Amino acid sequence: MIMRDVAIVGVGMSKFGERWSSGLKDLMAEAGIAALEDANISSREIEMLYGSTMASGRFAGQEHTAALMADQLGFQNIPAVRLENACASGGSALRQGYIAVASGIHDIVVVGGVEKMTDVTSAEASTALGGAGDQEWELFQGITFPGLYALMAKRHMYEYGTTEEQMASVSVKNHDNASKNQYAQFRRAITIDDVMRSKMVSDPLKLLDCSPISDGAAVAVLVPLEKARKYNDTPIKIIASAQASDTLRLAERDSLTEIKATKIAAQNAYKQAKLEAKDIDVVEVHDCFSIAEILAMEDLGFYKKGKAAKAIADGETTLNSKLSVNTSGGLKGCGHPVGATGIKQAAEVVWQLRGDAKERQVKGAEVGMTHNVGGSGATAVVHIYKRAD
Amino acid sequence: MAGIVGYGAYVPIYRIKVEDIAKVWGEDAESIKKGLGIREKSVPGKDEDAATIAVEAARNAIRHSGIKATELGAIFTGSESHPYAVKPTATIVSAGIDAGNRLMAADLEFACKAGTAGMQMVIGFVESGMIKYGMAIGSDTSQGRPGDALEYTASAGGAAFIIGKEKKQVIAEILKTVSFTSDTPDFWRREGAGFPSHGGRFTGEPGYFRHITNATKMLLEETGFKPSDFDYAVFHQPNGKFPTMAAAQLGFTTKQIENGLLTPIIGNTYSGASMVGLAATLDIAKPGQKIMVTSFGSGAGSDSFAIEVTDNIDAKRKNLTKIMEMINSRKVYIDYSTYLKNRGSIKKV
Amino acid sequence: MERSSSSLWRKIRSRYDLVGNECKNCGSSYFPPRVVCRKCGRKSKMVEKKFAGDGEIYSITRIRVPPDTFKDEAPYFIGVIKLKEGPMVEGHVLENGIEPKIGTKVRVRFRKMYVEGDEGLIYYQYKFEPV
Repeated sequence: MIMRDVAIVGVGMSKFGERWSSGLKDLMAEAGIAALEDANISSREIEMLYGSTMASGRFAGQEHTAALMADQLGFQNIPAVRLENACASGGSALRQGYIAVASGIHDIVVVGGVEKMTDVTSAEASTALGGAGDQEWELFQGITFPGLYALMAKRHMYEYGTTEEQMASVSVKNHDNASKNQYAQFRRAITIDDVMRSKMVSDPLKLLDCSPISDGAAVAVLVPLEKARKYNDTPIKIIASAQASDTLRLAERDSLTEIKATKIAAQNAYKQAKLEAKDIDVVEVHDCFSIAEILAMEDLGFYKKGKAAKAIADGETTLNSKLSVNTSGGLKGCGHPVGATGIKQAAEVVWQLRGDAKERQVKGAEVGMTHNVGGSGATAVVHIYKRAD
Repeated sequence: MAGIVGYGAYVPIYRIKVEDIAKVWGEDAESIKKGLGIREKSVPGKDEDAATIAVEAARNAIRHSGIKATELGAIFTGSESHPYAVKPTATIVSAGIDAGNRLMAADLEFACKAGTAGMQMVIGFVESGMIKYGMAIGSDTSQGRPGDALEYTASAGGAAFIIGKEKKQVIAEILKTVSFTSDTPDFWRREGAGFPSHGGRFTGEPGYFRHITNATKMLLEETGFKPSDFDYAVFHQPNGKFPTMAAAQLGFTTKQIENGLLTPIIGNTYSGASMVGLAATLDIAKPGQKIMVTSFGSGAGSDSFAIEVTDNIDAKRKNLTKIMEMINSRKVYIDYSTYLKNRGSIKKV
Repeated sequence: MERSSSSLWRKIRSRYDLVGNECKNCGSSYFPPRVVCRKCGRKSKMVEKKFAGDGEIYSITRIRVPPDTFKDEAPYFIGVIKLKEGPMVEGHVLENGIEPKIGTKVRVRFRKMYVEGDEGLIYYQYKFEPV
C-alpha cells in the first residue's frame, strides 16, 4: 500500500565516458551538486541517501560508497545505505528511495549511482562484471556477459528468425540519439555496416552490439509530492515502482528468449499506474547489448514475442516515431557506468517529461518509463513517471 | 587366476602429420616416415593432460567391465607426464570415475612401462585377496624437444585395465608375468626439466632390445610357450620400426604384431603404448586365443605377460569403445603452429 | 576469492562427475545441485542424482574476448546444454570437426578447465563434445 505520492524534484548527471581526470569522488560530486542545484535544495536538507555501485571494490578498491557519497556531498551524518544489484543497482536504489519517501519515514531522500570503471583493464572489468552472473557455474568457466547475452541472441535468432542486421539497428538508433545528448559517451552516428564489421566479441554479438565500459554518476532527489513544488515547478511523479528477480544462472531460467523478471516487474508496474504499454510516450530500456533492447521491447509489452527486432529495424522506435526508445542514447550510446545507469535513465525521463530534453525532446511526452536489468536478467526494475498536474 | 575384467583406451582427437613437423625443421618427411615407421601422431588438446586422458580411459574401462567404480580397491596411474610433480594423478582418476574413498591409489613412474608395472601390482593385490578389483592405467602426453627425433613420435593417449579374478567377469586370464630390470641410462628427464634427454643410438641395442628380448625369452621359458603358440603379440612401440625388429629377432611374425601396432597412426603414447596395443588386440581377439605383451620402460626394464582370452569376451563387447573406431572416427589435423599453441610452447621456444 | 583449494574441492563430484540432485517432493532434477528446490522451497526433499552427460545444444556462442583467466584459451565455444534428464547447464563445447549448432547432440568429457599459472592448482571439469 502506498502511503503518499513521491516526486522527483531534481536530477543531475556527470558526463559519461572515459573520464581519465575524474575519480569516484569527482564523479559523485559532479552529478550530486548538479542534482541539488536542479532541486534548488541545500546539502543539509537531505535526510537519507541510497547510493548504488555495482563493483566499486573491484573497479576502484573502494567499498562503503554510500557513506562516502554522503560525505562528499556534505550530507553530514545522515543515514546512507549502499545498494548493489549488479547493473540494476541504480534502479534498485531509486526504488528504495521511493519506498522511504512513500512510507513517510523520510521526506527528502537522495538516490545516487556511480561507477568508475576505467582505472582497471578491460579484461579486469569484464571479470568484475562477470560477478553479476553465477560465479561458480558461469564466470568460473570463462563465460562473459557478452557470452550470456549471445546465448540469448542465438536462441532468439533460432526461434524467431531475428537477424544480426536487426540487432545492429538497435545500436545505430541509440548512437543517433546519443549524438544529441551532451552527457553521452559516444556523440557520433554509426551505420549498420559499422556494427556488422566491428570485431566479433561473442557470436553473434560484435563490439558495436555491446555497451561500453564507462565512468559516470547520476543522482536524483525524491520528495513527497505534496512538498514538491517548493523545490521545482515541474515535479515528476513516480506512478509505479516494481521489481522482480529470477535465477542468477541463465541456463536455469524457464526461457532464454525472454527476461521473466522484466515481464513480472512490467505487469506490476502497469497495474500500479493503471496504464498499458500503449500509454507510454518515452522509455529508457536496458540495452546493455543490442539483443537486450529487443528482449525488453517484447517483455515490457510493446511488441509480441519475436516481433520487436523487425519493428526496431523498420524505425518504429526512433526519436519521435511510434515510440521513442532510449532517447539518451541508451547504455550503448550514452555509456554504461553500471551503478549509475538506473538513475541516469530516470534523469533522462525526467528531462523528457519536463520538456527539457532539447534536440532529443519527444514531442508531447506525458508518460515515461525506465527499465533497468541486473546481470543476465536476475533482477529487473521498472518505473513509470508522469508530470505532476 | 587374475585376469582382465574390463579395459578402455583413450586417444585425443588431434593429429599432426610427419610432413608438417619435417617442413619446420627442413627435414625429408619421406625418409623420416620410412626410418621411424610413423605417418602421424596424436596430440593432446590445450585442455588435456595425462590425468584427463587417464579419466577418459578409466571411464571407458568401467563401462566395458560392467562393475561399479566403487568396487575398485586400487587405482595405479603410470605416466611420465603426471600433471603435478607432487599430488597424485590417481586421486584425480578416482574422483573422475566417482570411485568413492575406500581404495588405495598411487602414481607410478617407470618411463614407458609404468602402466604395465601397475598391472603387475594389481595382479598381486587381486591374487593375494587384498582387493577384489583394481585398475592400472598408462597415460601420457609425452614431450619431445622441438627439433629432436622424438618430436615425430612423442604423442598422447592411454589405456586402463581392470583386473579381478571372478571367473564370470574375466575376459582374459593373465597366465604369467615376468620382468627384466637393469640400471641403464638410455633416456631420462630431471625434475623440473621440460623435455626428456636421451642417449641417441644407445637407446636401441642396450636399452630397448636388450630388455624386450630378455623379458620375452624369460616368459617363454617359464611358461613353456613358443612364439607360435600366441595368436597375437604386442611390444612396446616407441616407433613403428623397433617392435617389428624385436618381433623378428624373437621369432614372432608380422601378422602376430600388426593388430597391436598403433604407433604408425598415433605415435608413441609412452606409458600408454603397449597397453593401447593390448587394448586394440583384445578388441578383435576371440575366445581361446593367446596374446603375448612385452612393455619397455627406459632406465630400464620390460614387463612381459602371457594372456589367454576367455569365453566372456564376446558378451562384454556391447559396452566396448573400440580403439580403432575411436582413432578413425575422431580425428582433426592440426598444423605445427597450432601444435605449439596447444602444447603451450610458444613462450618457451 | 573465486578460486581456491577449498572451492575446487567442495564441488569436485559435481564438476568431475555431474553429480546433481533431485527433489523427492516434486520430482524436479537439478544440475548443478541446489540446496533448496526452486519449486518447493521449504518443503523440498533433496537427494543426490548423477547425470549421464548426454544432451543436446540448446544455444551456443563462441567467446572471442575472454576474461583474464581464460586469455590463453580463446576463442572457445560455450553452449547451454539440455541434459537428457532435463536440466540445462552451461558448458564448454569442444571442437572436434562437427559444427556445434542448436540441436547438436553432445556427450560429456573430462578436461582441464583452468590452470593457475605454472605453480598453482589445475581445475578439472566436464566439457561437452559433439557426437
